[in-house]
Amino acid sequence: MTAPPLDTRSSVRAHAAIRTERGPGGRTRLETLRSDPPLTLRQTGPDVVHLVSTAAGPLGGDRLVLDVAVAPGTTLEVRSIASTLVLPGPCAADSVMLVTARVGAGASLRFVPEPTVLAAGCSHRVAVRLSLARDAAVFWREEIVFGRHGERPGRCRSRFDAVVDGTPLLRQELVVGEPAMDGSPAVYGTARCVGSTLVTGYGAFPAMHNHGDGPPRGEHAQAGAPESAPRRAVLGDGCAVLPLAGPGVLVSALADDAVQLRERLQWGEALAAP
Amino acid sequence: MGAHHDDRHDAPDGHDRALRLGIGGPVGSGKTALVAALCRGLGPSMRLGVVTNDIYTTEDADFLRRAGVLDPERILAVQTGCCPHTAIRDDIAANLDAVEILEERFGPLDLVIVESGGDNLTATFSRGLADAQIFVLDVSGGDKVPRKGGPGVTTADLLVVNKTDLAPLVGADLAVMARDAQAVREGRPVLFTSIREDGGAPGVAEWVSGVVHSWRHRHGHAHDHADGPGPDGSGEIPVTVDRA
Amino acid sequence: MDAALLLLADSRLPAGGHAHSGGVEEAVRVGAVTGPDDLARFLRGRLATAGLVAAALAAAACELGSSVIDAAAPARRRPADLASESTGGGPERTGGPPEPIALWRRLDAEADARTSSPAQREAARTQGRLLVRTARRIWPSPVLETLAGAVPEGAHHPIALGAAAAAAGCDPGQAALAATYSSVTGPATAAVRLLGLDPVTVHRLLADLAPSLDETARAAHTAARPERGAADPESRWTPHPDGEGTADPDLADPGFAGDAWWAALPAAAAPALDLLAENHLKAGTRLFVS
Repeated sequence: MTAPPLDTRSSVRAHAAIRTERGPGGRTRLETLRSDPPLTLRQTGPDVVHLVSTAAGPLGGDRLVLDVAVAPGTTLEVRSIASTLVLPGPCAADSVMLVTARVGAGASLRFVPEPTVLAAGCSHRVAVRLSLARDAAVFWREEIVFGRHGERPGRCRSRFDAVVDGTPLLRQELVVGEPAMDGSPAVYGTARCVGSTLVTGYGAFPAMHNHGDGPPRGEHAQAGAPESAPRRAVLGDGCAVLPLAGPGVLVSALADDAVQLRERLQWGEALAAP
Repeated sequence: MGAHHDDRHDAPDGHDRALRLGIGGPVGSGKTALVAALCRGLGPSMRLGVVTNDIYTTEDADFLRRAGVLDPERILAVQTGCCPHTAIRDDIAANLDAVEILEERFGPLDLVIVESGGDNLTATFSRGLADAQIFVLDVSGGDKVPRKGGPGVTTADLLVVNKTDLAPLVGADLAVMARDAQAVREGRPVLFTSIREDGGAPGVAEWVSGVVHSWRHRHGHAHDHADGPGPDGSGEIPVTVDRA
Repeated sequence: MDAALLLLADSRLPAGGHAHSGGVEEAVRVGAVTGPDDLARFLRGRLATAGLVAAALAAAACELGSSVIDAAAPARRRPADLASESTGGGPERTGGPPEPIALWRRLDAEADARTSSPAQREAARTQGRLLVRTARRIWPSPVLETLAGAVPEGAHHPIALGAAAAAAGCDPGQAALAATYSSVTGPATAAVRLLGLDPVTVHRLLADLAPSLDETARAAHTAARPERGAADPESRWTPHPDGEGTADPDLADPGFAGDAWWAALPAAAAPALDLLAENHLKAGTRLFVS
């Protein structure tokens, strides 16, 4: 089944931006808060911004860009009011959401929007490009729901690139709605949602203190010898807390619904960033 | 350019490295017990490492660690993907890797024992992996086993027939086994043992010791022990029963 | 070098591959793979994710490996190099060849960033180390020497595979094909052993997948080749989707030849494979390394 487009507007381009700076007394101040409908931003706290969707969508053909810059020593939290429902549009083109974020030395960014729901027939692309200073603290959650209740999802490719001081930390692309992925026990299994949270710089998870998987080479030699194995993952039901090779941890979860997904991610997040 | 690797372990001529001893044989014949006995017997005079290939992963390694015969870190387990013979004969890369890790971590070593996963009578070690090999049978398989031969029984440098204490119970005639083994092995040595009853395998340890000494002699391995004469697996040891 | 490709991809290549199930052992243990149907879905998904990423990395590694060979062997320099020489570039290419050690590490870091599961990284490095060990003796080459020097604990398997392909005289497209091939054949064989499946049935599944293996390898190769990637915006839309003033210098460091392209290589994730790999390590009984 294909959901019809909800309105007849033509595709839109929007470019919103958030930029912090150090204000008096070292407090964070929002230097820039530029909305560009449908990407509407509202400051809801000293260093909290909510993304308020002021139109349906994104729809096919839309191209939305959000630039985030967190200045050294400042903090920012970005949330959203509601889930993002991605719909097919009047034209066949993909909807595109691009988020770039730069997080400076000693800065902290929490990016925790509500889930993205892929409605039937949508064709969506997301790109997140995150560039961090080595000691930046980032907590970045991404949740994708494969269609509304009982609905087959449209297509989505969501690419995430995080680079720390120029060295790649995490590059992953979640692809939904392709025949090869659907129902594959290797990809999502029977799950209806996928989510991950990247955590860097919080320092509490023991793995965070390691940089790289670390020779001596013997460490790698024995998959079967627990005593020589560094940096083990922590496992929960449908969820894993994965120490990355670089300075960060990825919480990765699969779930049957959005509520379960959030529970699983939060379980792992508590371990990664207590 | 700029590569700081060390090729010495890739050299198949065995110059300046430990002797690699393969121990193979069917499931349950007592390979792991023999390895434990050798560690006990040789540990005080030799620098040892052990690689196990048990299909149940770390089962053998755990047994050896619990037995306390060797520093647990000197025991590595290799998974063989359901194909124990492949890992010691056709694709020895993982075992070589494990051997080299032991040599790198604890070297120089005198002896690295590679215990194969339990397999059938056709399983033998590649010469690329083992410099010498022992094949372990037990009497409970019946006294016809040596006659059947197979590469393990016929070509191993030493054939060990274990669990001789069970011979009367299973109706196995040790004399028949000795005669048949001799016939198919063209003079290569055979030892009869009861590791459990004797609490060790001194005869096998003595044989291994001799092989290690002659290995050192041939390959100029730097060591702090005197070279002993001893057998080198070329047939000096006759069929004997391993009892003091 | 088609015959060399066959040797490289052959499961009989003594490089330890037989002991890796690519997640199948755990999938069988938890009941996610029980027979030919779910095995087929498993393999298809694995190919589209881990297989695609491995193929792209292998192609990039082969490309890099070939440049190492070219730099090391003046007799085999390409016309472009000779041209630069005639314009006063000296015996080496203009500006000198890129430092292979740094480039191997950089490419290996790209593989690390695409492998969030520590268990998978460990398995990939173990397999890579064994492959380099074996390939160095079969196809001696500065490619493998520089790689072994750059990542002595073991490069990720796809990178080792690409380097071995270059050493064997294969081209990057062939390296990609070897990677897609091994991304499904190893797991398929493991399923035959673990479930006692009819091997002919499973080979039929692989034959059905063959067009996808070709197609995935082509896509990976395209992504790994700058000149072709540029002509195909589809393959690299992410780093520069339509400009919009979002060019990221971190993703396009001009200091390294391959860098910008490596950043944009496919990165398809398989969360279920990650979970399987991690759970597999914790399982009491394991017949396979991974």
